[in-house]
Amino acid sequence: MISDLLRIEGLRVYYYTRDGVVMAVDNVDLFMKKGETIGLVGESGSGKSTLGRAILRLVPPPGRIISGKIVFDGLNLTELSEEEMRKIRGKRISMVFQDPMTSLDPLMKIGDHIVETIMAHETLTREEAEEKAIKLLEQVGIRSERFMDYPHQFSGGMRQRVGIALALALNPDLVIADEPTSSLDVIVQFQILDLMKELKNLYGMGMILITHDISIIPGIADKVALMYAGQLVEFADAKSFFNEPLHPYGKALLESIPNIQHSDQKLKYIPGNPPDLINPPKGCRFSPRCPYATEKCREEEPPTIMVGHHRLVKCFQY
Amino acid sequence: MPLLKVVDLKKYFPVQRSFLERLLSRKIDYVKAVDGVSFEAEKGEVFSIAGESGCGKTTTGRLIVRLIDPTGGKIFFNGIDITSLSGEELRKLRKRMQIIFQNPYASLNPRMKIGENVGHPLEIHGIAYGREKEKLVMEMLEKVGLQPASKFYNAYPHELSGGQRQRVAVARAMILKPDFIVADEPISMIDVSLRARILELMIQLKEELDLTYLFITHDLAVAKYISDKIAIMYLGKIVEMGEKEVIFSDPKHPYTNALLSAVPVPDPNVKRKRIMLKGEVPSPINPPSGCRFHTRCPLATDICRREEPKLVKIDDNHFVACHMVK
Repeated sequence: MISDLLRIEGLRVYYYTRDGVVMAVDNVDLFMKKGETIGLVGESGSGKSTLGRAILRLVPPPGRIISGKIVFDGLNLTELSEEEMRKIRGKRISMVFQDPMTSLDPLMKIGDHIVETIMAHETLTREEAEEKAIKLLEQVGIRSERFMDYPHQFSGGMRQRVGIALALALNPDLVIADEPTSSLDVIVQFQILDLMKELKNLYGMGMILITHDISIIPGIADKVALMYAGQLVEFADAKSFFNEPLHPYGKALLESIPNIQHSDQKLKYIPGNPPDLINPPKGCRFSPRCPYATEKCREEEPPTIMVGHHRLVKCFQY
Repeated sequence: MPLLKVVDLKKYFPVQRSFLERLLSRKIDYVKAVDGVSFEAEKGEVFSIAGESGCGKTTTGRLIVRLIDPTGGKIFFNGIDITSLSGEELRKLRKRMQIIFQNPYASLNPRMKIGENVGHPLEIHGIAYGREKEKLVMEMLEKVGLQPASKFYNAYPHELSGGQRQRVAVARAMILKPDFIVADEPISMIDVSLRARILELMIQLKEELDLTYLFITHDLAVAKYISDKIAIMYLGKIVEMGEKEVIFSDPKHPYTNALLSAVPVPDPNVKRKRIMLKGEVPSPINPPSGCRFHTRCPLATDICRREEPKLVKIDDNHFVACHMVK
C-alpha cells in the first residue's frame, strides 16, 4: 500500500445548489500506483470531472469536499492548508484541460506561460527557465519560433500541445487530463493521444485520463475506472474490462457504441435516462436501467466487491 | 431519378473586415466552405457526409434545405430545381424537407410546451389545429418514445433531458410526414448511453415513414452504422464517395485512409494500420493549390500541387478525387 501514488478513500463531493444537494461524487475509493494511467470514464454528470478537480482541491463553489481522504504520496491532501496545496498544484500534480484556449491567458505569449510556471516553483534564472521552456515546447512538437506567439495564433491541436507542455513543465508525479481531446477532430485527437503516450514513457508520471469516450481508452490506459451517477461502479485493468466488463452498466455501454471494426453490428441501447443526482434512485443507482435488476437492487445499495485480482465491481451479481 | 441531386454546389462566406480594412482595401476574402460538391441520394437511402470540423458538411446540409443560399450550383429535389425557390413555393418545399439540428438545447423554443413545439409546423402549414393537431402530436410523441405522451405534451423543454429533447426535435421534423430529412450531427451532444437509442429510433422511423436521410457526422463509426452511402469531405470538397461497404473495406483516398485509421476502437485486441498525418486542416480562406490535401498527403507529387483532381468514378458506386488513384 505504501507504493501507491494516490489513494482515495470514501470521497464525497457535494454541490450545495439552490435546488438541493447534488451528490456529484459519492463515496468513491480509488488507488493508483506510480506511473500508472487510469482512464476515468463516465457520462456527463457522472462526477468524473468533479473527482479530478477534487484531487487538486479545485472543486468550484458551491461544491465542497464533504468527507473522505485523498492520500497522495503519503500526504492527505484534504488536510493540507491552501498554502501547502499550492505547492503541490502544478509542481507535483498538474492538469490538462479540455480547451486550453480557456485556460491560457490570451494576453500572454505562449513561452511566457511556461516560463512563469517554471519560475513560480523553481529557483532558476529567467534564461534558464526560457531554455527549459523551449525544450519543452519542442518535445510537444512546437517549434521554438513560436515561443513569442499568442494563444489565439494557435490551432486547437497546437493549443492542446501547449497545455500538455505546461502540465509537464515541472515534471509532476501525476497529471490529470480532463477530456484533453474532446474538442479536437479525430486526426488531431489521434496525434495528441500519441504524444501523451510518448511523453508518459519519457517522464514516467502517473496519469488520470478523464473522458466520456470509452473508445480512446485502449492503448493508453492501464486501468479503467467507470463512474455512474457519482459512484465508481467498476475498476479493472483495461484489458480485462474490454474483454469482459463485469458491471451491467459497463457491459451495456460497450454494446451501445458503434465500432468501426465491426461490419454488421447490432447496437443495443440502455433504456431510461441518467439519474438526477439530487434525488438518486434508491438502492443501486443503475437499477432503474439495469436488465438484471432485482428487488434487492432497488432497495439496497450494493457493496463494492473485489473480483479476482484487484478488480472492483459495485454490483450484487458478484 | 434520385430524390436529391446536388450539382457543383458552392457556398462562399465573405470574411468580416473591420471598418478600417474596408476603407483601405477593396479585396474581400471568402471562406470557401463548400466548393463544388456534387452527389445524388436515392429514395429510401441514408446518405452520410462525414469529415472534420470546417470541411463544409454542415453548410452543405443547410444549403440543401435552403436555410442559406448557395453561391453557385444547383439542387434538385424529386427532379425539380429548388435552388432559387422562395416565398410560398419554399414553404411548400419545407413540408417535404426537414432538418434535425445538432444541439437540442438550442433548437427548441424554451417558452413553448413540447406539444406546441412539435405541433407548430402543423399550424404553419395549415394542416391541423386544435384537437386535431393535439391528436397528431400525441401520436408522434408516442412514436418517438416519449411516453406517456400526455405528460410530455404539457412539459417545457427545460424539464427534459438531452436525449428526450432530441426525440422532440425528431418528432417535430417528422410531424409533417416529409420525404427527406437532413440530420446534422443528431447524436453528438447527447449522453453516450442515449445515443444508440436515438440512432435506432431514426432507423425505425425511416422504415416506418419511408424516409430518406442526409446524415451529417464527424464520427465515422456512427456513419458506418447508419449509412448506405457515404461521402468524405475535406476543405469544402468531396474526396471520396461510395457505398458504405466499399468506403470502409477498400478506401482509396489517402485522406480517407488516414481518417479511418485515426478512429478510436473500443477494443484493445484490435491491431490496426496506423497512418499519422502531420499538422491540421489548413484554412479554407486560402486553401492549398491543386489538391487541397497535398500539404499533408504522404503520396503527394508535383501534379498534386498544380492540378486539382476531379472526383472520378473508379468502380460502380465508388468515386475518388486523387491523382494517385487509377
